[in-house]
Amino acid sequence: MSAHMNLTLKVWRQKNDKSKGQFVTIQANDIADDMSFLEMLDIVNDDLTRKGEDPIYFDHDCREGICGMCSLVINGRPHGPKYGITTCQLHMRSFHDGQTIVIEPWRAAAFPVLKDLAVDRTSFDRIQQAGGYVNVNTGGAQDANNILIPKRIADEAFESATCIGCGACVAACKNASAMLFVSAKISQFALLPQGQTERYERAQAMVDQMDAEGFGNCTNTGACEAECPKGIKLTNIARMNREYLTAKFFREEDIHN
Amino acid sequence: MLDSKVPAGPLAEKWSKHKFEMKLVNPANKRKFTIIVVGTGLAGASAAASLAELGYNVKTFCYQDSPRRAHSIAAQGGINAAKDYQNDGDSVFRLFYDTIKGGDYRAREANVYRLAEVSTNIIDQCVAQGVPFAREYGGLLDNRSFGGAQVSRTFYARGQTGQQLLLGAYSALNRQIQKGKVQSYTRHEMLDLVKVDGQARGIITRDMVTGKIEAHEGHAVLLCTGGYGNVFFLSTNAMGCNITAAWRAHKRGAFFANPCYTQIHPTCIPVTGDHQSKLTLMSESLRNDGRVWVPKTTELAAKLRKGELKAADIKEDDRDYFLERKYPSFGNLVPRDVASRNAKEAVDDGRGVGKSGVAVFLDFADAIQRLGEDTVRAKYGNLFDMYYQITDENPYKQPMRIYPAVHYTMGGVWVDYNLMTTVPGLYALGECNFSDHGANRLGASALMQGLSDGYFVIPYTVGDYLAKLGNFNPVDKNHPAFEQTRQEVEQKINALLALKGEKTVDDIHKELGHIMWEYCGMARTAEGLTKAKGLIQELKKEFWSNVKVLGENEELNMSLEKAGRVADFIELGELMVDDALNRRESCGGHFRLESQTEEGEALRIDEEFTYVSAWEYTGDDQPEVLHKEELVFENVKLTQRSYK
Repeated sequence: MSAHMNLTLKVWRQKNDKSKGQFVTIQANDIADDMSFLEMLDIVNDDLTRKGEDPIYFDHDCREGICGMCSLVINGRPHGPKYGITTCQLHMRSFHDGQTIVIEPWRAAAFPVLKDLAVDRTSFDRIQQAGGYVNVNTGGAQDANNILIPKRIADEAFESATCIGCGACVAACKNASAMLFVSAKISQFALLPQGQTERYERAQAMVDQMDAEGFGNCTNTGACEAECPKGIKLTNIARMNREYLTAKFFREEDIHN
Repeated sequence: MLDSKVPAGPLAEKWSKHKFEMKLVNPANKRKFTIIVVGTGLAGASAAASLAELGYNVKTFCYQDSPRRAHSIAAQGGINAAKDYQNDGDSVFRLFYDTIKGGDYRAREANVYRLAEVSTNIIDQCVAQGVPFAREYGGLLDNRSFGGAQVSRTFYARGQTGQQLLLGAYSALNRQIQKGKVQSYTRHEMLDLVKVDGQARGIITRDMVTGKIEAHEGHAVLLCTGGYGNVFFLSTNAMGCNITAAWRAHKRGAFFANPCYTQIHPTCIPVTGDHQSKLTLMSESLRNDGRVWVPKTTELAAKLRKGELKAADIKEDDRDYFLERKYPSFGNLVPRDVASRNAKEAVDDGRGVGKSGVAVFLDFADAIQRLGEDTVRAKYGNLFDMYYQITDENPYKQPMRIYPAVHYTMGGVWVDYNLMTTVPGLYALGECNFSDHGANRLGASALMQGLSDGYFVIPYTVGDYLAKLGNFNPVDKNHPAFEQTRQEVEQKINALLALKGEKTVDDIHKELGHIMWEYCGMARTAEGLTKAKGLIQELKKEFWSNVKVLGENEELNMSLEKAGRVADFIELGELMVDDALNRRESCGGHFRLESQTEEGEALRIDEEFTYVSAWEYTGDDQPEVLHKEELVFENVKLTQRSYK
């Protein structure tokens, strides 16, 4: 049988984006260690509902670590105490009986709280809309094997492309910088032959949008890389800076907006 | 009899001929039309982007906070295409044939052939977008093999193929949003379809943040809303996946086809307890290198369950690699329905493993010995990590425990060859429709179908409808149908908010799941299904009298969101049971115990059941009316499937 534990939760409750929030203490009793963290919250919500109290709103969907919808800063760490996983992959065996767990939403000016633990991350979408694509219409593509891509390059581009857009990098950063997120997409296309034609315009457009959304700057603390559930590397940021600077200083005349 | 509108002529020429015969919309006129796309997974995002590129105005809707989160993202293993890059005998016809056979001869030939035909374009398109598929050292694309096929035609991006393909489609969508051709509505849920003079003319949505009920008008509506596996409560679907948009459209006249065809995927992490909220799939690609087994005797299995023995203690001679034993030519790569049923048999036989005894082993020891741990890690690393996170067991050191779980639904909204439903102007794409997988879907075919429908089918077929519509004027938003439908939606929301009983929505959903799994799961009988029907009807009464819905409409309200979805799942559940009762044969994922071969395989009754069941809604608490679409096979011979 699995071990059971009683926990004290300090949960951020906030009615909506206009009201002020506060921490509320809630007991979570008889929690099995093989439950996921979100299943623990399901149980807490089930109790609240039975008592006629508003359940805690939190974002989640796939519950297998790939959709990027779940968030939560748990005891000060985005996606909780373990490395390389999302909140939905966190299990209660990482906690112990009697522990107090503080649960907060992502905190960043560019991620306003919608309710309780859910934030508005549409700023991420707008950055992608600014240039996170190859300009190619459906139909008329050449045979896929006409584009040769060395395995090493394909693998590296893939590593960057695995970003799930959850926003943990922003939540982890003291400046609320989105550079890891933005650089992952810029890197994917800067590495691949398909992305070459527009690589500098892309870097400039995405970085400009990132700044317009109010994300902070990078001061190289590396917290984003440490907390990224998908292991996106800081080297992506270095590459983005190179792309952006090249665009800014040497390719201005080539860029037609 | 339903008209599938399949064009005449030889199979291989149908689509080309049809493309020529369909009417086109002049480029200058395309911008006078608005198309509504509900759902932004592979089908929805690819359709929206492609239609916007053509010049149509598009509005997209998704319940998630971003289009990128649609559950296509979780597809792991790969996408099929008849490229024959491996020179191993693949062809469009072979992919067509494998898909028809895999679907146990219950799919429409012409649709499946078209799917196989455009599969090659999909790979070209995705690579052009910058999707980082796996490569060989020479820089060419790599392939792997998958269940139900003897060729290697599956393209993949490690164990995250769905993610990479969806992000590709999402990037194409973003490009059109930036150009102003697509308006994207996130955290919006479609709650009804608006029909004007019998045609689909718009939808009613709820803004999930503010609760605002809004009407959106358009010249055509595309449902790309995925499947209904969450009717079982526990499935590999995301928590939010639901049937509501499709079901409300069904109630407005769209027939629902083959609801009893559900796919139980053989390789999922087993259930641990009542608190469980979802099940996690371990990609079918693992069956390329993993070997499925249980102990030969119940005594050894009992010792394993008690922890007196470990898997490694069981000698080779005492292991039953039951798939390899029963199906020597396909071995561990038999189709999903066959693999699932055999796992269930082993467990029912008392030879299941794990504490609960409801699991079988998937063992990589041989592969690790043959290829080395590093190679296995490179191929499946993320899947092994995922397994470790959930179970706290190291699959490099001990075999995985797996068991079948609800994964995909082959049934869905009935569509003709043009993907149009029985409501003019209303289309269904991807998993939401029923058309391509018959009674069982082969691995790596869902991604193929979603993208085929969105990139390469709908851009042509919707144009034909709009050209014939010949009406560029904006749909009249003041037409009384919009206001009336909006009011009906509000009434339903108010009715839900007025429920102040004792049970939570999840309580009812779990009960529904138990009923469906027990009586309409991997094995079904007339007796069990009849019982289930009664239980579901009682559950429906209990829902509408004893459930508790909290809060108000004008806020993020998960209690209300869930309640609306579960109310629809209950109604769908009853239809699934009706459909399963009606189909007294076994085929693919639909296994009626009364109809099996001497060897225990699914036994079709072709004389009676070579048809698509399409159900028409006739009113609340009224029995649905069955319509039939005869399935005509001109190019393949119906045989008893054999994977031996």
